[in-house]
Amino acid sequence: MKACFLNLPASRTAIDMFKLYATILKDCRILLRDKVGLTLMFLMPVVLAIVITIVQNSTFEMVNNNKMALLICNRDTGEASRQLTAAIEKVGMFKVTYVAPTENDKEISARMSSKDALVSIIIPQTFSSGLNSKTKSIAARALKDVANTVDTLPSSATDIGPIILYYHPILQASFRQSIQGALRSTLQIVESRQVVKALYSNLNDETIPDTLENEIVNNQVAITEIPVSRDGSRSIPNASQHNIPAWTVFAMFFVVISLGGSVVREKLSGSFLRLKTLPTNYLIALISKQLTYITVTFLQAVVIFSIGILVFPELGLPKLNLPVDIGGLLVVTIICGWCAASYAICVGVISRTQEQANGFGAVSIVLLAAIGGILVPSFAMPASFKLIMQLSPLHWCLEAYYGLFLEGGNLKDVLFNILPLVIITIGIQVITLVALKRKNLI
Amino acid sequence: MNNLAVNIINLEFSYRDQPVKLFSNLNLDIVKGESFGLFGPNGAGKTTLMSIMTGLVKYTGGSVKLLGQEINIKRIAFNKQFGFVPQDFSFYHELSPTENLEFFGAWAGLDSSTIATRVDELLTVLGLTEVRNKQVHKFSGGMKRRVNLAISVIHRPEILFLDEPTVGVDVQTRFAIIDYLKKLNAEGMTLVYTSHQLHEAESLCRKIAMIDEGKIIVHDTLDNLLATHHQEGLEGLFLKLTGKSYRD
Repeated sequence: MKACFLNLPASRTAIDMFKLYATILKDCRILLRDKVGLTLMFLMPVVLAIVITIVQNSTFEMVNNNKMALLICNRDTGEASRQLTAAIEKVGMFKVTYVAPTENDKEISARMSSKDALVSIIIPQTFSSGLNSKTKSIAARALKDVANTVDTLPSSATDIGPIILYYHPILQASFRQSIQGALRSTLQIVESRQVVKALYSNLNDETIPDTLENEIVNNQVAITEIPVSRDGSRSIPNASQHNIPAWTVFAMFFVVISLGGSVVREKLSGSFLRLKTLPTNYLIALISKQLTYITVTFLQAVVIFSIGILVFPELGLPKLNLPVDIGGLLVVTIICGWCAASYAICVGVISRTQEQANGFGAVSIVLLAAIGGILVPSFAMPASFKLIMQLSPLHWCLEAYYGLFLEGGNLKDVLFNILPLVIITIGIQVITLVALKRKNLI
Repeated sequence: MNNLAVNIINLEFSYRDQPVKLFSNLNLDIVKGESFGLFGPNGAGKTTLMSIMTGLVKYTGGSVKLLGQEINIKRIAFNKQFGFVPQDFSFYHELSPTENLEFFGAWAGLDSSTIATRVDELLTVLGLTEVRNKQVHKFSGGMKRRVNLAISVIHRPEILFLDEPTVGVDVQTRFAIIDYLKKLNAEGMTLVYTSHQLHEAESLCRKIAMIDEGKIIVHDTLDNLLATHHQEGLEGLFLKLTGKSYRD
């Protein structure tokens, strides 16, 4: 580094460039000696990206590939309950374990506490008889005008007790809802089957053939999932495509710990005062810090994307597919880095101590990530949050990346995400300059 | 007027949060090539006056000229004319003395070859050659003081402001620093020095001013002042003029 510094030609016309070069060199030297800052900037986001992707991927696989353990306590001996349990097994979402019908609720709870299963259902003793009675009643009422069934109309249907669903408290609401949805769907099939049987029997005085019953009850229309994309490709987004851009943005903004701290240290060490007594505008120092840390954020993105491409498949995770528009990816990455560096400098200038810069910096990034859609998907935000969300620079960074990574867009497609980001960045720069002026630092 | 390094006329200054003016109609001249000492009790206004003279604090009235140039105008370009040794260590502790000097040399407007020459000279004169590539945060207080001084003179300014440059150092370092300052002064550099180390000031400063409660109470050569006030040393003179009561 020394040789590199001293061999530069000293041209009078290039004096400002030389000052900038010397400042960038100084910033790089300080940065490379900040081991904690480097670890936070490079290791932390890589670990986060890997851990979150593994977690999300396993969640995805648990729902789609692996089966969730389910205890069934069937206290009914009728046909309908057998149909129900068969339908539940057919869903493919559950690994069903049957427990003796004599087991009471307490024993079933005990099994769940030991995490044999997170969900259990108890089919009541009256399920089949009640359902049978109810479907016959429905069929009779449905056919009262076309068939002479008035005589056979039951006076009252037997009451069906509810199916009880026990769940372990650690099971999240979204899981419970999808389990309940699956159970409702199977229940619907059983009920429909019973109604169809009763109707057929009333009309034809014979039992419905199995093939016809299946044709009537089973879905006739298939559902095909197709992700929308701007480039017309039909590649299915995976957990890596979602997580890596999100955590890259988070990592970029986490340079606040290193850069914000560096600005505060510079202020506290009195270096600012000395710089003010030298014949150089402090703006050179700000430009240097921005260029240095834009490079850092760019390297963060390169490292994280490379890990997504090269290491993730080795860990059994889905590989990251880079967008088609690599030029667009470069532009978005540089603008995101510029915004992150500007924010970190602003935090450093406003903070009075390093503790303030680190504390406020870290908390504010987590908050901005939360409202920006990194921790919680933006479509899941309440309507009242949508406006606040747009104030988070991380939101626009993420939208721009998603436009490229998930929607297959190019730079033109994400311009409307980049523009607000540039406006926010300029706003942050203005705040920084005003703060420097107010603190008599420029 | 052309032989004045510093020319302060009717200086007015007050801090934003303090209604009372710290300086009102303060006048002070420092001749080029002089070794000038500014003394006073704590809170007298020495550091503030030093900050005004170096352009770190803006004054509200009057005129402050360095080498004939009003410092509130075109300050950045003019900064090359003077150097400042702040009381605090004002450099990057993560960098070595060489790296600090290279950076501050560039900011002082020097080219790379001049920087290389001056870095070698300064590290040799101030006894820092052996530790030139070690990070400054590992240095003793005395070594840090020498780095602080070296950075301030790398661009060979015409005027050097020193705010307590030897505070907290051992006797050897103090003598080394004072000897180096005398050498710089002998070469024509104007020194404006403030300190509570009155014995070392006696050996360095030919002309002094005492400031108390924002006013220059005396301003003359040390010899004249000692004779006028019948004192044998600067410490006695100081106590006679400013009293013995606490000021902070």
